Amino acid sequence: MVSAAPLQPAARPPYGSIAVVSATALAYEVLLTRLFSIVQWHHFAYMVISIALLGFGASGTFLALRSHLLQRYTFAYIANLVWFGISVMPCFLLAQRFAVHPEQLLWDPLQMLGVTLVYVLLALPFFFAANAIGLTLMRCGRAVTQVYAADLAGAGAGSIAIVACLYLMFPTDALKLLGVLGLFAAWIAAWELNAGGRTLRFTAIAALTLPGALLLLPGHWFSLAMSPYKSLAQQMNVIGARVEAVRSSPLGVLHVVASPTVPLRHAPGLSFNTTATVPEQRAVFIDGDGLTPIDAGGPRSHFAYLDALTSALPYHLGTPQQVLILGAGGGSLVRQALYHGVPSVTAVELDAQIVALMRGAYRDFSGGLYDLNTVTVHVDEAREFLARQTRRYDLMQVALVDSFAASSAGLHALNEDYLHTVEALGAYYAQLNEGGYLAISRWIKLPPRDTLKLFATAVEALRRAGVADPTEHLLLIRGWQTSTLIVKRGRFTRDELDRARYFCEERSFDLGFYAGMPAVLSNRYNILPQPYLYEGARALLGATAQQFMADYKFNIEPATDDRPYFSYFFKWRTLPEIAALRGRGGIPLLESGYLVLIATLAQAVLISATLILLPLLKRMRAAGVRRRRLSGYFTALGLGFLFVEIAFIQKFVLFLHHPVLAVAAVLSGFLVFAGLGSYLARRWSERMPARRLVRAAIGVVVVLGSGYALVLPDLVFTPLTAAPLAIKLPVSLAFIALLAIPMGMPFPLGIARLAEFAPALIPAAWAINGCASVVSAVLATVLAIHFGFTAVVLLAVGLYLLAAATFEF
Amino acid sequence: MTYTAHALVLALVANVALGADDHVRQRADMIRAIEGDVQATSVYLQKETLDPQVLNAMRTVPRHALVPKDVRSKAYLNRPLPIGYGQTISQPYIVAIMTDLINPQPDDKVLEVGTGSGYQAAILSRVVAQVYTMEIIEALGQRGRADLQTLGYGNIEVRIGDGYYGWEQHAPFDSIVVTAAASHVPPPLIQQLKPGGRMIIPVGSRFLTQQLLLIDKNQDGQITTRQILPVQFVPLTGGPDR
Repeated sequence: MVSAAPLQPAARPPYGSIAVVSATALAYEVLLTRLFSIVQWHHFAYMVISIALLGFGASGTFLALRSHLLQRYTFAYIANLVWFGISVMPCFLLAQRFAVHPEQLLWDPLQMLGVTLVYVLLALPFFFAANAIGLTLMRCGRAVTQVYAADLAGAGAGSIAIVACLYLMFPTDALKLLGVLGLFAAWIAAWELNAGGRTLRFTAIAALTLPGALLLLPGHWFSLAMSPYKSLAQQMNVIGARVEAVRSSPLGVLHVVASPTVPLRHAPGLSFNTTATVPEQRAVFIDGDGLTPIDAGGPRSHFAYLDALTSALPYHLGTPQQVLILGAGGGSLVRQALYHGVPSVTAVELDAQIVALMRGAYRDFSGGLYDLNTVTVHVDEAREFLARQTRRYDLMQVALVDSFAASSAGLHALNEDYLHTVEALGAYYAQLNEGGYLAISRWIKLPPRDTLKLFATAVEALRRAGVADPTEHLLLIRGWQTSTLIVKRGRFTRDELDRARYFCEERSFDLGFYAGMPAVLSNRYNILPQPYLYEGARALLGATAQQFMADYKFNIEPATDDRPYFSYFFKWRTLPEIAALRGRGGIPLLESGYLVLIATLAQAVLISATLILLPLLKRMRAAGVRRRRLSGYFTALGLGFLFVEIAFIQKFVLFLHHPVLAVAAVLSGFLVFAGLGSYLARRWSERMPARRLVRAAIGVVVVLGSGYALVLPDLVFTPLTAAPLAIKLPVSLAFIALLAIPMGMPFPLGIARLAEFAPALIPAAWAINGCASVVSAVLATVLAIHFGFTAVVLLAVGLYLLAAATFEF
Repeated sequence: MTYTAHALVLALVANVALGADDHVRQRADMIRAIEGDVQATSVYLQKETLDPQVLNAMRTVPRHALVPKDVRSKAYLNRPLPIGYGQTISQPYIVAIMTDLINPQPDDKVLEVGTGSGYQAAILSRVVAQVYTMEIIEALGQRGRADLQTLGYGNIEVRIGDGYYGWEQHAPFDSIVVTAAASHVPPPLIQQLKPGGRMIIPVGSRFLTQQLLLIDKNQDGQITTRQILPVQFVPLTGGPDR
């Protein structure tokens, strides 16, 4: 395919193509997460991509066992880049066809065969990319620090570039672009390595003709095969349903669906007693799930149904004048406020695309809802919005945006959610007017999870706000499907409680809790086996609340900014009981999202150990190095680097607020500055022994890492929280640079040390580091769920200390 | 394909892999599993055993003939099965208790919203006088109608269309079974339920029934619901005064 021209010993390493292939591989990883979130669900994406990244580890083993490839470096390097470029698209397009619904795995373990095929397919492109980089690390001797610098800098650029791409094009188009970029990397490599006319021509032709070939192939080959179990796919089965508009951004793909034959009627928790009908609607699906409706404009009477939902309660307790809706989506809660005569509604929505739809294509349909004089719309993250202003509100409503199906299956367990933490509720509460209400609705699950966790979170937030006894500040109601918790800035009056009772009686909703509520009111219309919410709420306000949460069979402890997993309900202690009930209707209690995470971790460890690392042991023994030290050094670095990166991404997301921008900027910052560290490592290693440099770098990581984890949020983030992004972003990058530059040094210095006396072991180090990185990414989430991100950083600090102690392998 | 041809194919496929005796044995095993599960959850169901008529229906209806070919070998396992178009057929235990909870009587007229595979309708048809079933997905409705006719269920009428408004022509109904999830309980269905009637809705994700919603309409037309966890599981381990 490509001619074999050996690399001249003095030749310059192919920095350009290394950077491009790293950028493309990282962009591919981010894009796969996006693509699998669309065709499947986020947690499935998490599982398959984590395992696929073991392609990096497998590459190390492959290179160790096939070290003769180094003799034909130019050929092998370019060939791997070509294979990378060629495999990027078909591997995903094929893999999505074998994806299964995660719940099927619970019933039918044989489905794992399909998932294994998905792993292999997705691992291939990473394997080829890693082969190219690994071969170069083996080949380049003392230039390893520069090669690693190019690798990291490319990856950093890739993480920013893919986010920009996703604003400009659909994910499937981005996939095609990455395929072309992979081949482009091969062409650059051929040029950089003076590979000869034939190779140069071949790669150039391949890179140039691929786009044309893609245009000629049938369009449906590139279409996304969405799971038939997603809400959008189900809606499209309905007679006459059609997609009217599609919008895409890194936040998600929006499909707007019209269903003229069988009208859409989205009104979760609608009272049985209402005679009101749901008006004409359009359904907006986010990544094929999570429906938010757009109601057709019309006279006020069209929206009477919005008064028959549990979320309407606050409008019956008082007459709020200033209302803030957080997560406005298609505008249902905005409409609900207007229906109740609110003169000023402020709506905050993170996704600019949905606001653009409401103000553009669906302006007429929605009756110009978002352009009314009484409505002000902000495209912003909820907590960022609140942090930047001093205005107070009579009512704040937090929208219920998860789909019930995904929520009930526990699929959101891995999602970081900063809108339902103790700190978030504290921030909402702080900006309520005296006597104002905070209202949050959740799906009712049986046995209860979300509602009790939200209640516990509110109790803790009130206590932190200085409310000694939160009892008289809380009011909880429930229908059969939704619950609404009202937190009042002030005590509920007798009159308000009478109104709440009347509201519930009229709609056959049940009262969940208020101070002094008779137990008899708790289970009248929607009868539960026990009045769970009433009993739970009382327990959570009592002296034995901690014991109650400890004994409860699901995790209902409040989520915090350090452990922002509101939807994590799983408890190991309950697993045997649920497992015993497997065939007896017990599986829905499993909270499968968390189990997917654990399964992913187990698979990553198992595959790493048996398929990747074991084959290397013999080779390491033969090389006469101190194996334990070598393994310890590269394992500690692989785990530690990702621990720090992942934990600080979350810390900075909270500071910068916008999730997409923050993740892209922080990830890119860590990679680019670590690349700079790698680049500086060579210069500095000429002035001091490598051992001293490694220890000095790790010393800085230890001091800064633990310092950041312990004091950065209070000393920097809180004072600057209301500052504009133009200040917060450079500040963030400056802090990241100080930490990431020394973090970028130990790995290439370790490889350089190997290059001096045991170059054959470079692939082993590459494999260990690759496997540890994958395990680390999954393990970091597990640890954060249980102990918080601060603990993850502190553990990383310990790992860096271990690396310092094992450098002399 | 004509109904006759369809019947031949169905009969062939249903019996090629396993003989009729095997299916009888498998159904007997399935009934034993259901009975065990019911006893284990008797606290929640408020009964020790299911109505013998319901169990008899479960014992006779050929579930294997109503599910797609690729999952036919698993038809009598106590598990949900995919039936295409993103739809599933509930595990037999859930079908049994849903049927039992509406307290079916031989003279009853029952509406089912969401025909799916036709299995729930077939079970109902063994214990009530007449079943009206509606399916919104055209292909599923046609397949269900053909399969039910082939199997000789004469007291089931299948209509393809929107179940939200019920089936006014045959209303009111003694019971309504809603097998397809909705964002809310359609008010027209409540109106078409007879006073004293019951409606049952499984609530959960695509494959798994998390809870059953049993709606009672009393003689005065007032509505109450019972949310039933179909599994013996007590989350609360104490109260505030422990």
